[in-house]
Amino acid sequence: MVLSVEQFAASADAWFEKNTPRDLDFMLPLTFMEVGTDQQFEFLRNWQKRVYEAGFLGAAWPAEYGGGGLSQVHQDAATNAMKAHNAPIIFNTIGLGWAGPLILDRGSEDEKRRYIPGILNADDVWCQGFSEPDHGSDLGNAQMKAVRDGDHYVLDGSKIWTTHGHYAKYMILLARTNPAAPNKYLGLSFFLVPMNTPGISTRKIRKLTGENGFTQTFFDGAKIPVSCRVGEEGQGWQIAMQTLMYERNAKGGQAGGISISEIDPLRIIDLARSTKRGGRPAIEDPVVKDRLVNLIIDNQAFLMSAERAKLSPLNADCPQAIPLMSKLVRTEFIKDINEFAISLQGTKAGYYAGDPSAIDDGYWQRGYLNAFSATIGGGTSEIQRNIIGEHALGLPKSK
Amino acid sequence: MSNTNFGRMGMTEPQADILNSARRFCAEQSPMSRVRALMETPLGFDVDIWAQTGALGWLGIAIPEEYGGLGLSMTEVVPVAEQMGRTLMASPFAATTLAAQAILSCGTETQKKSILPQIAGGAAATLALYEDGGDWDLTAISARATRKTGGDGFTLTGEKYFASDLMAAKFVVLSAFLEGAPALFVIETAAIAQANIRREKICDETRRTYALNLSGINVTDAALMDCAKTPTALALIDMGGALLAAADMTGACQACIDSTAEYMKTRKQFGKYIGSFQGLKHPLVSAFVNYQNARSLLYAAAYSFDAGRSGEISVRMAKARAGDALSFAADRSIQFHGGFGFTWGCDAQLYRRRAMFQTAQFGDSRMQRQRLADLLL
Repeated sequence: MVLSVEQFAASADAWFEKNTPRDLDFMLPLTFMEVGTDQQFEFLRNWQKRVYEAGFLGAAWPAEYGGGGLSQVHQDAATNAMKAHNAPIIFNTIGLGWAGPLILDRGSEDEKRRYIPGILNADDVWCQGFSEPDHGSDLGNAQMKAVRDGDHYVLDGSKIWTTHGHYAKYMILLARTNPAAPNKYLGLSFFLVPMNTPGISTRKIRKLTGENGFTQTFFDGAKIPVSCRVGEEGQGWQIAMQTLMYERNAKGGQAGGISISEIDPLRIIDLARSTKRGGRPAIEDPVVKDRLVNLIIDNQAFLMSAERAKLSPLNADCPQAIPLMSKLVRTEFIKDINEFAISLQGTKAGYYAGDPSAIDDGYWQRGYLNAFSATIGGGTSEIQRNIIGEHALGLPKSK
Repeated sequence: MSNTNFGRMGMTEPQADILNSARRFCAEQSPMSRVRALMETPLGFDVDIWAQTGALGWLGIAIPEEYGGLGLSMTEVVPVAEQMGRTLMASPFAATTLAAQAILSCGTETQKKSILPQIAGGAAATLALYEDGGDWDLTAISARATRKTGGDGFTLTGEKYFASDLMAAKFVVLSAFLEGAPALFVIETAAIAQANIRREKICDETRRTYALNLSGINVTDAALMDCAKTPTALALIDMGGALLAAADMTGACQACIDSTAEYMKTRKQFGKYIGSFQGLKHPLVSAFVNYQNARSLLYAAAYSFDAGRSGEISVRMAKARAGDALSFAADRSIQFHGGFGFTWGCDAQLYRRRAMFQTAQFGDSRMQRQRLADLLL
């Protein structure tokens, strides 16, 4: 019997009410990009498995590959329940949100059967090999080599900002198969790479917060079968762009779940009430009030835009506008709100996560520094502005 | 986190239909050449287009069927105001709609029966509420109404400002203090001597507003509206005015960004299209993002307009962001047009002037945020 959306939402609500872990004695990461310790990793892997087995992850993916076979509306209801109960993040984002939908869309039957179940139950962690040390924003210029040798490709070079690099079983990889292609984009191909291939190694990167969460990945003559390639040689850029559309939520098909622990912006109102300026609550300062209201409007505008995107008559003039801008708007907002929250703390603005006197355990300071991972990663805000300018407004390319 | 206390997004079927018709009608009837031509005329708008607006039924959108209207609501008025703003169409539409809402809210049954069908049928109406102090508070009234001793009617004193399209209106709703409380009157403009009316010189030359001297205007008992409902009516006018001003500015913002993008695609400097320079491209994208968000807030406000407190919150958010979005977009538009932007012939100034005038009607962005602070913090 298929549950109605209302029934499904109610059962998700009840499940997360009962099963959401509380009062852990260690800090959980706020986003999937910040899994820095084995303890965090094991916890989140187990959590994802439980959520999946309860039916609240991949609910809209096809049942023959391990999904729930229900509608996207069902999955959205489950995801909303996770948000409402402030549940831990679902960390296997690159598999669930980017590689998975891509494989479901373009993969062979064999690839779907091989990869999708492990993505859902967290047995198989996925990572992404796009950025290189010398080619971040200029992704199309990636230089890492994949040289055809009979029924194999030989991989040489390095990728950076690999989230979950040292936990991952598979990587989605963008590499150059033809250095002599007529333009830089046409020389690229796209691969699904087993990370246990001899010749692949990872090194942890320490972030500005002092925590780990990314690796650099090295390829030293690693041989992978030709069957690892997705699409034809030379289609790598086009496939990577499709992947980035999933990553930026500009295209649907993701398995669902929350990959970023959202701040309830209204929490800063409490913060402004509890901190003092000259003996008075900071919230009595008209400048503070004005800024608070602006942030609340920003948040509301983001939510209303997400809703408006679903109403096609209200998007007739530029249907891609809201999907294209959501990554830019949200990541900049998260950074802004953290920064403002720090400014409310007076002398305590100087404390960092770990000090017993820090407000909210230093959540805002750590959150502000971590927020840059989202304004830089997945295409910097500046690149996002180029994309919006070129694709939504039709402005000429910046070179 | 979704907070329905701040209003909800949605749209109605008639709203979608009206949006479609309004987009076509305004684009056809209000090309920039006609906007420019009408700016030079005393009346400021095209009477034939106005007649068509009435024939389309748009003046009665939010008037109940029993008074000759379509029986819809302000939700469905918004797309018309938005598309008129998008094409800078000069029209007494917003003032007429607001006057009708005032009459609906606190008119006597006789007033509703006699006036609303006329408005729904194409008669223009307007409001004369603002006074000399520059205060947006519609209840802060210096004008006085005094009962004539031993006879019918009232004597008025005082001055009103920013009465939109008063010269074209058949009816005007005006406010005055009567026996210690705010009161509203609705009168026929035929009863007003020309000497009492002065055209105002305003920032936005695509529209017309007038100052009105109340002294000597003959007001009968029948003109007085329901005093008990006056505070409700004034609050409704304030919210409705803010909503339609937000719609107007949101529409104008879209056109301003589109025309600026068009210029940046065709104008070359240093051998390159100026739209390829990130110093211009990125601020225009900021303007575009502001616009998209303002439009989302606008349609949420349209949908939530009748929802009491959450309706008020959504309207104030929409008005604040529409004003900021248009002001920024038009400011950058002038700048990005370079020397041409500094000329009368460049349309960028029309959008900037629209924002200068319209942000100052029904509360500017800062005032909206002050009221929101009272409501939210």
